[in-house]
Amino acid sequence: MQKLMINGQEHDLDVADDMPLLWVLRDVMGLTGTKYGCGIAQCGVCTVHLDGQAVRSCVLPVSAVAGRKVTTIEAVGEQAVGQAVQKAWLDHEVVQCGYCQSGQIMSAVALLQEHPKANDEQIVNAMSGNLCRCATYTRIRAAIKSVSQA
Amino acid sequence: MSESQTPAAMLSRRGLLKGSALLGGLVIGTYLPASVTRSFAADLVKGASLGDNAEQGYGAFVRIDHSGAVTLISPKIEMGQGVQTGIAMMVAEELEVPLSQITITEAPPNAALYTDALLSFQATGGSTSTRYSWEPLRKAGAGARIVLIQAAAMRWKVAPSQCHAENGRVIGPNGQSAGYGELVDAAAKLPLPTEIPLKAVSEFKLLGKPVQRLDTPNKVNGTAKFTIDLQVPGMLIASTLTCPVHGGTLRGVKNEDAARKVPGVRDIVRLNNAVAVTASNFWSCQQALKALDIDWDLGPHAGLNSAQLDKSLFDASAGDGVFAHQSGDIAGALKNASSRFEAIYEQPFLSHSPLEPMTCVAHVRADACELWVGCQAPGMAQAGAAKVCGMPVEKVVIHNQLIGGGFGRRLESDFIFQAVDIARQLSYPIKLIWSREEDMTHDRYRPHYVDRLNAALDKDLRPVGWEHRIAGASVVAAYIGALPADGVDGDAVEVAKDPIYTLPNLQVRYIRHDPEVIPVSWWRGVGPLRSTYAIECFIDELAHNAKVDPVKYRLALMQSQPRAQAVLTKAAQLVEWDKPLPAGSGRGVAVTAVFGSFVATIVELEKQGEKGLRIKRLVTVIDCGFATNPTSVASQMEGGTLFGLSAALFNEILIEKGQVQQTNFHEYRQIRMSDAPPVEVHIVDSVETPGGVGETGAVPAAAALVNAVYAATGVRERRLPLSRFGYFTV
Repeated sequence: MQKLMINGQEHDLDVADDMPLLWVLRDVMGLTGTKYGCGIAQCGVCTVHLDGQAVRSCVLPVSAVAGRKVTTIEAVGEQAVGQAVQKAWLDHEVVQCGYCQSGQIMSAVALLQEHPKANDEQIVNAMSGNLCRCATYTRIRAAIKSVSQA
Repeated sequence: MSESQTPAAMLSRRGLLKGSALLGGLVIGTYLPASVTRSFAADLVKGASLGDNAEQGYGAFVRIDHSGAVTLISPKIEMGQGVQTGIAMMVAEELEVPLSQITITEAPPNAALYTDALLSFQATGGSTSTRYSWEPLRKAGAGARIVLIQAAAMRWKVAPSQCHAENGRVIGPNGQSAGYGELVDAAAKLPLPTEIPLKAVSEFKLLGKPVQRLDTPNKVNGTAKFTIDLQVPGMLIASTLTCPVHGGTLRGVKNEDAARKVPGVRDIVRLNNAVAVTASNFWSCQQALKALDIDWDLGPHAGLNSAQLDKSLFDASAGDGVFAHQSGDIAGALKNASSRFEAIYEQPFLSHSPLEPMTCVAHVRADACELWVGCQAPGMAQAGAAKVCGMPVEKVVIHNQLIGGGFGRRLESDFIFQAVDIARQLSYPIKLIWSREEDMTHDRYRPHYVDRLNAALDKDLRPVGWEHRIAGASVVAAYIGALPADGVDGDAVEVAKDPIYTLPNLQVRYIRHDPEVIPVSWWRGVGPLRSTYAIECFIDELAHNAKVDPVKYRLALMQSQPRAQAVLTKAAQLVEWDKPLPAGSGRGVAVTAVFGSFVATIVELEKQGEKGLRIKRLVTVIDCGFATNPTSVASQMEGGTLFGLSAALFNEILIEKGQVQQTNFHEYRQIRMSDAPPVEVHIVDSVETPGGVGETGAVPAAAALVNAVYAATGVRERRLPLSRFGYFTV
């Protein structure tokens, strides 16, 4: 039995210790906003926040998050920075296919929470773990900068 | 717009008469826009009297219900290219409704209604969506508006010419006003006019303006559902391990007990070349597959490797093949040339690797096969699925879905057939999800190619004769089973047989050479990308050999192509081409005409460290005719450019012992934000018929990059990817 704090709610779930958080979110809880892309922390589409830090949920055993705060794309808009980033994503028409954008947004929000005035270098460092096969990087940069320079 | 100016008429001139093809020789149909739009009348009847009655089947494109809500049945699937918003804009513009009043639903497989006249089948690909939709979808909106106005005029006993439509309502001469919903019953009884006039570009209120896409709000908050996110009652997750050697089969499975001990596992299903496990979750599927002891019959290709494949193709490329184009006298030109120049370009196998791996929800019951899947070719998926489950085609229902990256991969239905093959052996629905490793090692790859170019040059080292041999797999034959009688793969030779350069003696040969066992398919940019790479590198070499500026050298050969000249000139202007760069830096250019559009891209490189190179600047100029939604055009060019660069920099699928060696993104690197600066896009202002943009950006990127490497280093690379020579490997 795992005691999890997800998006502000406590859950007791009967899942194996080594099951990655990603599959607990998607297949056990039905929170499908967090995506699967590689399973080896190479693409970033599974990014969630663990105590406010961006982490790749595809390689994070669920036992490692017990008692810690997990935030997913479904709830990130409840935070001011999350809301600002989602709005910037729409204002800058970042999205193409959209499959990676949950992860991109989670990485961007974590960056801006830590560095509200993030500069170019910090943006590149924080975002280069997130692949986008549609290659929307031009607009991701612009959207983040619009928040960090606001 | 007169009939002779329609995209289809242009296609029939350029495509049918000259024998060219947009998506590889698939142009065999006749375009009848009137017949497509006329079905709107029947459709409106259904929309008016029945509302959303799926049993009646959908009509064509537009339905209006009694509340006035407009449903657009989209013949094109949304995979990030913004096409559904673009099509909705076309309908909204002519129907005079706000965009927000339109709901989009996916067209079911129906060749009679949704065949893309440019492709000759129902599909989303080949950068045809806007070009195909431009006339019939606007006519669908305009036709509906005309009969709605007529219905209102009859009600008010006034002439239709005294009424006009705005904002989803018809307005009469004395201030009368009726919503579309009130008018649909009467309108549905009226015949559509045979002539449906369309607005002139100058009258557009919506088309041509930057419009926010309709599908994006749900994609920033996790609520958008892709196939991988779907849940149907009673469904379990399924995942497969396919024989790692292409062409191998399953002999047996042992250790099933250990697999069944994994919590949540339900069934183990044997397929011809794979094993599937179903479970309550994907993780358990993977654990169970790992626990199995699988006995593969590796089959006849277990010794195959890339070196053999490459040598076999290279040897074949020296052959004569078949003529794809002959004009002038190439033999005479070569014989009488002042000098000649020859070069060979090689492009590797590539994987699509969309971030949403192949996935399909399938439920096979005694009486029907129901599929929920994002697919680019629903008709082909339906026909093939019917065969797998042994049912008539009409018993296969496909609910098309948002696609998490296509790039051509979802024109194929292999994973859909696999899902049906599993589901037909089970009593419950499954959601098949391929692991990234399955996805990458069992893709249907962009094939490797060898292009041999040979130019006859005059005393000023300008080409007076041009011989181009294209050797590689036929993607057309792989996709539809055969080539036309002349043996030419229309996709493979596109651009090469109709270059933007004036070449008086031009000969193009096509040498079909399919790789042993490795499956091949369409990949973003398709044949035009391959040809453009070879031609634009070759012309650059000719320019440098002649010691003429590569932009000026090109422009002088493009006198008959003003739009191509214009994009090239503009791109050069934007980067201040004539201003020299510091030593170790360099600019490369490529220009081409593809998918009804014209594009020039310039890559600027600078030195990084001792040997390294870094992309400093990327500029692309696009003339796609009238830009229906300029924001989508810019997005496609930004992303397409980087998509093309990603492959040119890093990507090559290699085979050893019959197995694909690249299994995941650590072995198949993709371009990241750290690899490239923002892409600067300039859209040429134009009222010409819209051209394609989905693939266009990817097309010139590789050639511009390779030409920039030459400019920066003096080293001419002809084989992709560049990482194989140690560039950009940091």
